[in-house]
Amino acid sequence: MKLELCKIVVDKLEWGPRTSVKDKVLTINKDELVAKILEDPGLKGVEVELVHPGESTRILPVKDAVQPRYKLEGPGQVFPGWIGDVETVGSGKTLVLDGACVLTTGRLVAPQEGIVDMSGPGAEYTPFSKTQNIVLVFEPVDGLELHDLEAVYRKAGLRAAFYLAEACRDCKIDNVETYEWPPFTDSLKAYPNLPKIAYVYMLQSQGLLHDTWVYGVDAKRILPTLISPTETMDGAIISGNCVSACDKNNTYVHLNNPVIKSLFEHHGKDLNFIGCIITNENVTLADKKRSSWYAINLAKMLGADGVVISEEGFGNPDADLIMNCWKAERAGIRTVLITDEYAGRDGSSQSLADSCPEGDACVTAGNANEIVVLPPMKKVIGDPSKADVIAGGFFGSLREDGSMEVELQAILGSTCELGFNLIGARTL
Amino acid sequence: MAYKVVHYINQFFAGIGGEEKADIAPEVREGKVGPGMGLGQLLAPDAEIVATFICGDNYFATNSDKVCQEVIDCCKKYKADALIAGPAFNAGRYGTACASVCAAVQKELGIPTLTALYKENPGVDLFRKEIVIVETANSARGMGKALPTMAAVAKKLLSGKAIEDPAAEGVFSKGIRQNMFYSEPGAERAVKMLIKKLKKEPFTTEYPMPVFDRVTPRPPVKDMSHAKIAIVTSGGIVPFGNPDHIAASSAQNFGEYDISGVTDLKKGEYQTAHGGYDQTYANQDPDRVLPVDVLRDLVREGKIGSLYEHYYATVGNGTAVANAKKFGTEIGKKLKDANVQAVILTST
Repeated sequence: MKLELCKIVVDKLEWGPRTSVKDKVLTINKDELVAKILEDPGLKGVEVELVHPGESTRILPVKDAVQPRYKLEGPGQVFPGWIGDVETVGSGKTLVLDGACVLTTGRLVAPQEGIVDMSGPGAEYTPFSKTQNIVLVFEPVDGLELHDLEAVYRKAGLRAAFYLAEACRDCKIDNVETYEWPPFTDSLKAYPNLPKIAYVYMLQSQGLLHDTWVYGVDAKRILPTLISPTETMDGAIISGNCVSACDKNNTYVHLNNPVIKSLFEHHGKDLNFIGCIITNENVTLADKKRSSWYAINLAKMLGADGVVISEEGFGNPDADLIMNCWKAERAGIRTVLITDEYAGRDGSSQSLADSCPEGDACVTAGNANEIVVLPPMKKVIGDPSKADVIAGGFFGSLREDGSMEVELQAILGSTCELGFNLIGARTL
Repeated sequence: MAYKVVHYINQFFAGIGGEEKADIAPEVREGKVGPGMGLGQLLAPDAEIVATFICGDNYFATNSDKVCQEVIDCCKKYKADALIAGPAFNAGRYGTACASVCAAVQKELGIPTLTALYKENPGVDLFRKEIVIVETANSARGMGKALPTMAAVAKKLLSGKAIEDPAAEGVFSKGIRQNMFYSEPGAERAVKMLIKKLKKEPFTTEYPMPVFDRVTPRPPVKDMSHAKIAIVTSGGIVPFGNPDHIAASSAQNFGEYDISGVTDLKKGEYQTAHGGYDQTYANQDPDRVLPVDVLRDLVREGKIGSLYEHYYATVGNGTAVANAKKFGTEIGKKLKDANVQAVILTST
């Protein structure tokens, strides 16, 4: 499979008569965008705000982040199962509005959404302070059941992202990145002197609003399976998650998975990237055991020498992470884990809910319990009073002057366990 | 101008005497004494030992609060920018004295302090979380190696910098996890770490795996029909309105609630405060998480003796293990005091 990501750089957003990009400015026809979003009968209104890095703006509570993409050449169309048909994606040409991001807000499940600050100390922690954001503030119809509401918001975000990229299909492309994923008969023979590395990509699937979707299938209903990393770049995996904002993998980071990016960069130089295995994080012990045995067996069948294992979420999924770790190590497959930590506000507690001696190589995306004070912002999109109930916020976290004292947990993507950020932690 | 340092040592290193002189009361001498000679040279020209506080080890052991206050006063009098104590190597009383005065001065005056101890010195475990302790050999034969490290660490702390890499800087880690920014994203760090691991090259994990406490289960209750049973939950079930403000995640407290006379947890009277799961079904019927209704049935049917009139609740979501342990110990004591025979713990 060969996928070309045709990138159009966006460093500014503005309203205008025709949705298109010129000179890195994404002009958006507001009426068209709003009409696309309101196609869903679950929504009676939407406010759209354009937000740029460096502005004194706070957005909360944010549910998902989606990068605008559109397949110029198929097969298939982006976000298969939602926008595109369920045809296999990951080949052809995909247009990317590089630098633009759709953020969805609107109160959903009170505690489980995040904060994005566009400037100040909070901005250092979230990846979405660096993107030009099209913020959708949804107003749902009355009486919509919570789970239906989640689905309405999720699909509306994808539709908006798709609309923006599709409308720019004839605009000038700034650069092209090419990714190739050969058949196993070729890839397993390539680079005989380099270690064969697979990626074990854990998807949050505990259910009840802790959901990730693969080609429209709820990930808790899958057995671990192989996927071409290029498929993820076309939105084969999307987020339906309402877990703590800091380490849920929103759709944007699934599209731009940094582990896949790094493995491609090292491919043919000091490793041979041979496989991407998606697995889930279900709640019962039997499911955890089955999925971890199955995922690691796939790595064994590929003949992997080593795997990178990335987690999503914390606590209960730590058990899945640890099972994946020791089962791989005992099968002779070396592991590196990417997780984050809940070491308490003072950092003195143990960081994980499960552990194994085989986990001797671990990358951490930081202590999510660490406190950060977010100064007041001139503009707040959404509802700042929700800071009290957002996971990571606490009673009294919104102060009278508009500043907020929260744990990193409350900041969207701050401790992303795909290793998206520079943050880590050390023992003092 | 050089930073001013007060140096704390015991009677032995001051040359006064050994065990037979361990009862001597504190004495302050201007300038350097004993190991302060070598240390002072290493600190120069950045810092200077302006006074040496000498105290007998036994005297300190029986008058520790008083001596700590005197060291604080001494630091104030000499306008000290830092306090250095020891090195005390593996001397237990001396090490504890050094660490105690450092902790007291740091707390009271907020100036940098440091001591230097052998890893098995009891002062290490007592104070490593609070103060900077340089690692030394187990006897004064390690003086030559200890002093340069102490001087280097002291200069760093005096210049306003913090310890960043305890192992590399020769100090005991405090065991505190602190966030930092690397120059590369986590994913790239992971891939590079894996390559090193496969090549069998040295690599450093960013988080050494924790070792867990294991609790041996108690023997089963012999006669449930006469047992007083309590119910405790980490599922966040609280009276409506969450009166104790238990946080949705990373709870800092637990609540104690009277359920005498309550036979059913009704929607609108109880709710969950938990932020880690879909609250819909718990709020519809809080008994789903805290099954008071079923327990009342069991009491009526004579299957359990009684239900304890209070229940305890916290939120087990992103909650630090240290906090959970603290809550558990406190709740356990309350249950024991109330002669509860067994407790049902519900999570989510």
